[in-house]
Amino acid sequence: MDPTNDASFLRASDQALLVSFGERISLESHQQVLALAFALQNKPIAAAVNLHPAYCSLLIRFDACRASHEDIEREVLERMTQAPAQAAGTPREIEIPVCYGGDFGPDLEALAQLRGLSRHDVIRIHSDAEYVAYFLGFVPGFAYLGTVPEAIEAPRLASPRRRVEAGSVGIAGRQTAVYPCAVAGGWQLIGRTPLSMFRADREPMSLLGYGDRVRFRPISHDEYARIEQGGP
Amino acid sequence: MILVEAPGLQTTVQDLGREGFGPIGISASGAADPVALRIGNRLLGNPPGTAALEATLVGGAFRFDADTWIALTGSDFGATLDDEPVSNWNAQPVHAGQLLKMPSTHSGARCYVCISGGIDVPLVLGSASTHVLSGLGGFEGRPLKKGDVLRTGACKPPAARSLNATVAAALAPRRRLRVTAGLQSDWFASTSRAALIGQPWRVTEASDRMGLRLEGALLQLRSEHQMVTSGVALGAIQVPPSGQPLIVFVEQQTTGGYPVIANVVAADLPSVGQLRPRDSIEFEVVSHESARALLLEQELLLESNELLIA
Repeated sequence: MDPTNDASFLRASDQALLVSFGERISLESHQQVLALAFALQNKPIAAAVNLHPAYCSLLIRFDACRASHEDIEREVLERMTQAPAQAAGTPREIEIPVCYGGDFGPDLEALAQLRGLSRHDVIRIHSDAEYVAYFLGFVPGFAYLGTVPEAIEAPRLASPRRRVEAGSVGIAGRQTAVYPCAVAGGWQLIGRTPLSMFRADREPMSLLGYGDRVRFRPISHDEYARIEQGGP
Repeated sequence: MILVEAPGLQTTVQDLGREGFGPIGISASGAADPVALRIGNRLLGNPPGTAALEATLVGGAFRFDADTWIALTGSDFGATLDDEPVSNWNAQPVHAGQLLKMPSTHSGARCYVCISGGIDVPLVLGSASTHVLSGLGGFEGRPLKKGDVLRTGACKPPAARSLNATVAAALAPRRRLRVTAGLQSDWFASTSRAALIGQPWRVTEASDRMGLRLEGALLQLRSEHQMVTSGVALGAIQVPPSGQPLIVFVEQQTTGGYPVIANVVAADLPSVGQLRPRDSIEFEVVSHESARALLLEQELLLESNELLIA
């Protein structure tokens, strides 16, 4: 398969090029994003200053004093036709303890009602599934995890919260994630973890990385408090 | 060293940002008005990206414990040095024990206190800039507090210089921002696209380094569209379901799922850093080629020998 056939190049701004591999979330298009990101990290484009990977696209920010969109596009095509992506290492398995419902999960009840389930069903379904960390984005250490089982799929809130607390676990469509820091957000919140998802004074800073396999484990308020006190 | 006697509203250590960490969700951050920062550093003979203080709306008070040189750039905060007025845009000697006060802005949102040798903080991922949201970089990852003590780099007297007024005028912040078409421009109703450029927009109080929320006409999509989350460009004008646009700014979200109607051009992003709540702005559409020409022209002015006068 020739990845250059699937890629389209879009001018996201006067200093950004979006390489798109389609407009639907699929494992195949995501593999193409990761392969390209890997190639660009291995053999950087001199004028490219940053990369923003996502499900099926990669945004390349470049120094517009040094290069044009055409220059970047040419360099990307060159890298796509060169060495194929290297296989990723064995994925890590990471368990995230979550205290569901109550003040920690203010949308759990409404989500359960919307889906015709009990709160316990929602918790069970959310914590039974295994998720893949597709990519990190939005804010530092925010991993987009998929795929949420259809039974508990939930739309974004009509009006986002001005502040979502750090550690909050949310669902948006068929994705789930943990907010690493307090920030405005529109995902439906079902619980909270006491773990620090992102810490500037830790190596690596982000608890989750690309391709990690993630499970959530329901915990009590008591256990939440214990873990919080003991640190991550 | 600099002792913070009053921190101001939000004063942070900033340089030209931390590029390259988008893949873990860390946006570049850095000075909101990099043109002002770079000019300040040129006035002092510092490298262009030397770390300085970025004050926001209300500036605070800072005591110096040794002789040095500073340059104030960006907006006029009515600064005084031991109660004597200090003007922006020139290199200024400071003596040990003197107090720099920066009461509040008389013009735009941000003033930079550049200092000979720079503010000395540990580099995090290669940069001194503060990323407030995640507590990364700068001075302990946060805005300054009363009682903080900042270390400074080695002082080197500059050839006392000020700015060429003509060149400075060409680099002055704008209220009419140039934009290029957004990736989802054609998702919007033609009336909404016309409204973006046909009327003034007001900057709201809910604006910060992450983004500036605007108030004006309601911008609407032609029909329902679901967007797959993708990378967001700096300066993107996103439109959430409320219909009120938001300019994505330096401490930006790296990815997002709202349609983008337009993008502020790179050359006008420093002007965005000087916008205050309640300021009125307008947009004007240009091509990507013109946007690039504007940036190259700005870069030439910033690097030119004519920028400074003895």
